[in-house]
Amino acid sequence: MVNILEVDGVEKKYPGVIANQGVSLHVREGSIHAIIGENGAGKSTLMKILYGLVRPDAGVIKVFDREVSLKSPQDAIALGIGMVHQHFKLADNATVLENVILGSEPSRFGFAIKFEEARKKLVEIAHTYQLDIDPDESISNLGVGERQRVEIAKVLFRGAKILILDEPTAVLVPQEVSELFTNLRELVNKGLTVLFISHKLDEVLAIADEITIMRQGTTVASRKPHDTNKKELAELMVGGELPRPKAGAQNISSKSILTIKGASYSRADGREILRGVNLDLHGGEILGLAGVEGNGQSELIELIMGLMRPSSGTVEVLGLNTVTTPTRDIRNAGVGYIPQDRQRDGLLMSAPLWENRILGHQFSQPMAKGIWVNKGSAAEDSKRVVAEFDVRTPGVNVLASALSGGNQQKFIVGRELSGDPHLIIAAQPTRGVDVGAQAIIWEQLMKARTRGAGILLISADLEELFSLSDRIAVIYGGSIVSILNPSTTTAEDLGLAMTGAISA
Amino acid sequence: MTKSRIFWGTLAPVAAILSSLIFVYIILTIRGVNPIDIFAEMVSYGFQPRNLVSELNQTIAYYMAGVAAAIGFKMLLFNIGIDGQYRMGAFFGAVVGAAVNLPPILHVTLIIITAMLAGGLWAAIAGYLKVRRGISEVISNIMLNFIAAAIIAFLLSEDLLGTLPEGSQNLQTRKIPLSGQMPTIKAFNGEIYSFLFVAIAVGIAYWVMLNKTVFGFNLRATGLSFRAARSSGVNAPGMIFITTILSGAIAGLVGIGTLLSDTHSYSMAFPAGYAFTGLALALLGRNHPVGIFFAAFLWSFLERTAPVLEFEGVPPEITIVMQGTIVLSIVVAYELVARVNLRQQQRAVGKVNAEASSLKESQ
Repeated sequence: MVNILEVDGVEKKYPGVIANQGVSLHVREGSIHAIIGENGAGKSTLMKILYGLVRPDAGVIKVFDREVSLKSPQDAIALGIGMVHQHFKLADNATVLENVILGSEPSRFGFAIKFEEARKKLVEIAHTYQLDIDPDESISNLGVGERQRVEIAKVLFRGAKILILDEPTAVLVPQEVSELFTNLRELVNKGLTVLFISHKLDEVLAIADEITIMRQGTTVASRKPHDTNKKELAELMVGGELPRPKAGAQNISSKSILTIKGASYSRADGREILRGVNLDLHGGEILGLAGVEGNGQSELIELIMGLMRPSSGTVEVLGLNTVTTPTRDIRNAGVGYIPQDRQRDGLLMSAPLWENRILGHQFSQPMAKGIWVNKGSAAEDSKRVVAEFDVRTPGVNVLASALSGGNQQKFIVGRELSGDPHLIIAAQPTRGVDVGAQAIIWEQLMKARTRGAGILLISADLEELFSLSDRIAVIYGGSIVSILNPSTTTAEDLGLAMTGAISA
Repeated sequence: MTKSRIFWGTLAPVAAILSSLIFVYIILTIRGVNPIDIFAEMVSYGFQPRNLVSELNQTIAYYMAGVAAAIGFKMLLFNIGIDGQYRMGAFFGAVVGAAVNLPPILHVTLIIITAMLAGGLWAAIAGYLKVRRGISEVISNIMLNFIAAAIIAFLLSEDLLGTLPEGSQNLQTRKIPLSGQMPTIKAFNGEIYSFLFVAIAVGIAYWVMLNKTVFGFNLRATGLSFRAARSSGVNAPGMIFITTILSGAIAGLVGIGTLLSDTHSYSMAFPAGYAFTGLALALLGRNHPVGIFFAAFLWSFLERTAPVLEFEGVPPEITIVMQGTIVLSIVVAYELVARVNLRQQQRAVGKVNAEASSLKESQ
């Protein structure tokens, strides 16, 4: 097989920062080529270069053995390079077909869209590559996995031969990941090439034909999955031993800090999201909550935080009834909340870090002094968080939006763990963060547990659930279907419970 | 940090005003007049003491409208209802002021509080509709502006609250007695409304509230991200409602300087159009009390000096073109400055990242 894409000595410098240097990449036609690396290792820059969004300062890019210069995504598309972004760019209230053709509509005289022709082509693509999509379904009715398939179809519709997938599994649940992998396999079987960016080692080992590892802006090695293992890959990525959390001594108190009794919740349209959930969390315990996304986890979190009211049942946090207690009092009682959507729920993106340190703590000392905001202690404590959690920032006056995702998350975790909360709601605490940040976050959560805090850990990362949790509750269809012991349960058992195949 | 913040903060408005000057320069040149002469004429006319006083008095009203709009902007509210709120404030301030007899300071205070209450309560309607019914405040406020004008016109009839003084065609409220009037400061051959001090106090209070108090933090947080504020424990819908009322209360003060120091009664001659001006000034002044003040002065200055253009045979509407281009370019300029600023910060973050990585490497 020939190399469909060759990158040699590519370099991209920003003032003061080397984003890419000496990057080399050889991608064989008809293969799945994974690129792994920590956040900030230069993966995104490389992909932007390949998609024509960023122009390299030096280096050679060859597509089909021909040297090319990519000035814009149009150039990339013309050469058969397509990009499936991590955050989908789909219009919610339009159909699948409309979204697929948007921007490259086949038209008569430049204005009359040839819908039938487009539909035929889309159906053909869906059939050839076995993508399960319905051209007439509205995007708003689709789940995340289906939306991703639409994005893939969109790229194929434009004639892509090389597909770049930017962290495609970050938004997917295990079942959807395996569907995606089946789809990707089908694509390469039909002769297409896939560039797969990730930092999930298991997935990369499972799907890739070849793995290129990036670190500090450069490509450090390439491996075949059968010649390597997770440990080696992780070491290549971080350039050293991978820190692992040690399960500390169990110190579970008899006091229950979170008690959920028969909590149900129905949406305004009558759809039942939660059905009689019973949960009990003690101090010094990490209770994992596993489940396929959309089975009521988000609603359960909102009930606990007093952001929503249950239709029936009770939720008690640190002795407070969350139905009658406003969120600020729940927080003040000593609850840390790491939301799953950090940018929308956890940060004021266009505010400096020190103001973000106040967020959620503005109703009590030391962030507030009576009616006044205490800027001094906010700035000071932000510096502590930055140091303790290794947040990479030049200072605390930097806007939250200037930080990378992993550093934003470290800051949020640091903030939510300050003041030694009794209860911590940690939703996807390490989603989308690199291995180094993950290790820090895990370590700090374990530390909080050791000191006696109770942690509700909502996660889609099974490794995370297994290495941190004392117990794992599985939620399915809005009910807790089983409570598992992580030391005696296999991932397979958990998977079955999560899909509703077994129940307690 | 503060130095660079002031630099970035002033860069955009200065750039916007410059680009608008260039635009007007071109227009004037095309008309065959010497732009430099005209600009010089406008400046010398505008800075004549007598004109300065009248500009300053107009600045007070614009300033209140600008601060009212700015509070709304901080919450992502587009308070186009300033017009109606200002009318309600001035009208009820005048009515209550004329109806009572109190010691001077108390009397004036009562009028000011009444005006704020009237403006705030009128805005509360739009706030309620937004928070409880999801109706855009732009739509409801435009309607409320018309309704406010109609209600006042109705109440101003002679058999209700209005009078028609002899020799006047203009229905108005009864005169506020001397104890309810505010003195003027005699300076520069003119009389400056002492309401200026109230306006300055409102500006300071606005800044302190917004930047130093927990309430202000919650307000800004809700404006920056409704969901993040809610998750942090802020009653976000409540904050939107309260902010609407605050904005309306300040808008209620727009006409009070004129009312207490000049006309002493409300009439249909009170001008309209404060909403658009207020929004433009908040934009130009970057929601900052000092910035809004300069913007308000610039607006008054341009309006006062417009007749100069007429002497030179140039249509005075050029000032409106100038105001328009300033607003237009300010939006572009702020966006550019914000992007450059963010890019700079990201670069700084990238540097730290690179250093941290190489440090890790060397260990």
